[in-house]
Amino acid sequence: MRSIWRTRRDIGLVCLADGLVGASFGAIAVGAGLPMWVPLAMSVLVFAGAAQFIVVGVLAAGGNPLAAMAGALLVNARLIPLGYSVGDSLGEVSWPRKILGAHLVTDESVAFAAAEPDPQRRRSTFWLCGVGLFVAWNIGVLGGAFLGGRITDTAALGLDAAFPAVLIALVAPALRDPLTRNTALLGAVIAVAAALILPPGLPVLLALAAVVPAFVATKATA
Amino acid sequence: MNYVLPMVGLAAGTLAFRLVGPYLRSRTTISPRVERLVSIAVAVIFVALIATSALIVDYGFAGFACPAGVLVAAVLAWRTASFVTIVVAAAATTATLRWFGVA
Repeated sequence: MRSIWRTRRDIGLVCLADGLVGASFGAIAVGAGLPMWVPLAMSVLVFAGAAQFIVVGVLAAGGNPLAAMAGALLVNARLIPLGYSVGDSLGEVSWPRKILGAHLVTDESVAFAAAEPDPQRRRSTFWLCGVGLFVAWNIGVLGGAFLGGRITDTAALGLDAAFPAVLIALVAPALRDPLTRNTALLGAVIAVAAALILPPGLPVLLALAAVVPAFVATKATA
Repeated sequence: MNYVLPMVGLAAGTLAFRLVGPYLRSRTTISPRVERLVSIAVAVIFVALIATSALIVDYGFAGFACPAGVLVAAVLAWRTASFVTIVVAAAATTATLRWFGVA
């Protein structure tokens, strides 16, 4: 059980890191010669870091914008199961609110929500993290796009390790359960092997095949 | 090249993905077993994201600096260190290794 104060502080740290990555995204996108509105509009309307980096990567390499869109959609397909898992936090609200909340479904907001056992707390944590990340990400992208290349090298800050670390910290309590741990490890092996040959997005979806043995196992005990 | 159509497509497609889950969930009552499998599936997605983002870049090995930071995070998380400790230690490990020239 996490204290509310600690959860807020932790979300704040993730927002800060997210803002820095957003700034590097904005700077890289503009540096790659894209019109200013592309990174800004994408950050508000798509709001998915990995997908946005893929779009800019493909376009910067002279790729077709439709291919960039397809690659980014593939990466975002994981938002379907993630959205399902936080669906209870978006239930019993009006449709405009549901759409707004759904737009805030990200790896981090779902991970923070999933770490909360109490439904009420899960809901408030999801919204706090989602809104915080949305604001931080867009301020970061705006700053990076206008100020340019001063923060492009987030690798030097180790931020590429900070994001997996955020997920590790939040998923670790769930992994104390042996069935969850074994299933997740099997999924990770599948994903890493697949990532050597398949485009980003597919490996994580294929990892879900690891849930099949768990499906059988829970049937036997039920 | 025109960017408007792909951007609209990406934004609409992503929002559709994000809405499918909550929609399906609101239409079904789920058993405790399915609830448990959904929690497991979410853990699978996160661990798969952790493993691939730590180890693989462009279809090959990412280098040692990033996995080393992620490994430090995993050890600290297993020993129930605080969130801030885990995240800062991971970034600091990777940044320090890169400072010394480790990719």
